[in-house]
Amino acid sequence: MENVLYYLSLFLELFASLGLVLYIFRQKKTLFWCSYWILFAGFICHTVFLGYRYYLSGMAPVIHFKAALSFFSWSIIGVYLIFQFKFKLKVLGSFVAPFAVFLMIFSSTMPWIDIPVRPIFKSLWLTTHIAVIFIGNGMLAIGFLAAIMYLIQEYQIKHKRAGTFYERLPSLATLDTINNYSIAYGFAFISFGIIIGSIYAQQVLGTYWQWDPKEVWSLITWLFYAALLHQRLAAGWQGRKVAIMTIICFFILVFTFVGVSHLLGGYHSFRNMGLQETI
Amino acid sequence: MIKIINIGMNHETAPVELRECLASEQDSVLRTLGAIRNIDCIKEGLFISTCNRVEALITSDNSEEAKKCMISAMSMIGNIPEDDFSSNLYTYEDMDAVLHIFRVASSLDSLITGEPQILGQIKEAYAEATREKTAGVILNRLMHRAFHVAKRVRTETFICESAVSVSYAAVELAKKIFYELKGKKVLLVGAGEMAELAARHLKTHGAESIVVANRTFDKAVRVAELIEAKPVSFEEIESQLYEVDIIITSTASKEYVITYEQVKKSIRKRRNRPLFFIDIGVPRNVQPEINSLSNIYVYDVDDLKGIIRMNMDRRQQEGIKAERIVREEAVKFEKWVKTLAVVPTIISLKNKSESIIQAELKKSNGALSEMTSEQKEAVITLTTSIAEKIINDPILYLKGKVDRPTLDLYLDMTRKLFNLDQDN
Repeated sequence: MENVLYYLSLFLELFASLGLVLYIFRQKKTLFWCSYWILFAGFICHTVFLGYRYYLSGMAPVIHFKAALSFFSWSIIGVYLIFQFKFKLKVLGSFVAPFAVFLMIFSSTMPWIDIPVRPIFKSLWLTTHIAVIFIGNGMLAIGFLAAIMYLIQEYQIKHKRAGTFYERLPSLATLDTINNYSIAYGFAFISFGIIIGSIYAQQVLGTYWQWDPKEVWSLITWLFYAALLHQRLAAGWQGRKVAIMTIICFFILVFTFVGVSHLLGGYHSFRNMGLQETI
Repeated sequence: MIKIINIGMNHETAPVELRECLASEQDSVLRTLGAIRNIDCIKEGLFISTCNRVEALITSDNSEEAKKCMISAMSMIGNIPEDDFSSNLYTYEDMDAVLHIFRVASSLDSLITGEPQILGQIKEAYAEATREKTAGVILNRLMHRAFHVAKRVRTETFICESAVSVSYAAVELAKKIFYELKGKKVLLVGAGEMAELAARHLKTHGAESIVVANRTFDKAVRVAELIEAKPVSFEEIESQLYEVDIIITSTASKEYVITYEQVKKSIRKRRNRPLFFIDIGVPRNVQPEINSLSNIYVYDVDDLKGIIRMNMDRRQQEGIKAERIVREEAVKFEKWVKTLAVVPTIISLKNKSESIIQAELKKSNGALSEMTSEQKEAVITLTTSIAEKIINDPILYLKGKVDRPTLDLYLDMTRKLFNLDQDN
């Protein structure tokens, strides 16, 4: 049952991504909307799958790297599906969906292990902490992709190359706005997520903050994004500088997400969430 | 057999002085349509008159006569002797006429291929013809097909999409940078027709204001008046760098009017807002190195021309695709025109069966009189559907033969078999 849902959503999302990539070359509205709704169907399957996992384990599905990647992919797609209606920018999907599906494919290569969850993690607080941060991450991922699109388009305009991408990509101002919006909201979400996490830590561990590697790196990531927002608001950064900075920030975020859990350990890391590891 | 005929002249066949004669007066379209209505051998007519073309689209049973009448009507309305313009006319008949009007509507026959105005002008000409009641079955269908073809060409090819003039290319680029021009400020340095046109274009696309600078202030004032802008002195350019978003330069100056240092200095004060230079001056007025600054883009006249050349090539390529669409639709239309030939026979066939039904019902009136009205109704329905079924196959057969050269034979045979011609 879970496997069916997992692979069904993977298949639908993959299929939709192919459609969206094809949309770059063949600008047919129907192609876009078919892909969009297939992506939506994949997202629904994915949501049901995650809901079912939650029902089984009582914890947000981040027990191991496989689950966390699929959850990350889910949050990116979810944010995109909503953003599409705000920005009405079809080509955004051609970048976002393949990225999300890439994470999903990566996740599918890993084996699924059922590990009993430590009781301390079975809490609504914790689930909210994780969900809010992942939604924030999804927005920041879209900000990152918008930055890449910005740099591609900027290169085309600077070097006077009116190629395929020049026509397909929107104006620099549009991409900058999407970047700004995604980063501002994504930052708000991760800030809120971190606060929830530390309140929960105070309740169950007796301390708000204990310099766990993940916490330290989250703080570093948070500071980088804070600096980015500050530069935009106070120093009037925009365009290319912001795009480059966004990409750097996102790499730090990815390191916090992947690297810290695997290399640095701590109670946030995957290997410490399961029950048997701690025994 | 009815023929579709197209007579006219366009930018290729006739000089503007000649086209003017026929299109000069406001009511020349109305007068031509009036003339068309009064000529007996012309059944339907439509008159298109734009700055690049003057042409009539008519249908007639007698094409030679109709052509002659049309030309003399044009000569009368334009007040020019026939001999003066008959060599500038082109005439198309049937399939060629259909192809021609489809190409015109799709802007494939325009001076600038893909320019969008022509479709509106043709729609207007058609509306005029319907108001004057000179458009009938064939022209109605033909024009609606033409609009359909134009729409297909527009959506299925990129022929209308790319800019082919410097000022339009500048607007498109500006939109790629700023998304919209609303609220954007333009600085025009120097004067020149192309630069003025570009500034005007930016303004019609939403730019908020234009500032004009010139070495001689008087000239700045004069140009500013022309394009509803604000004049500033040449020394103010540096301070304007902080304010504006788009700068168009076209001075004859031998040195750079705007230098790298000036722009670099302004970036901080501009708070990194994008700045777009359109340098139309030759030699260049804007130091090219400025393009390497972050969020600042410099396009000189060669860059813009490069874009235009590329767009032109692209339009030409897309033109091939468009011609294919036009041809495809013309074939479809021709098939429809041919079905018109079988229409009279089909109508007589239907009339005949209808009159037989009526006659037979009348005969059986006595026997039917005792029936209730519902039963009578049922009998009528029954007889009608039997009759319809019987003539249905011959009708389909005839329609299927529309494309064959032997069509006349089949029509003749049908008329004889069903004895359609001796009835009244």
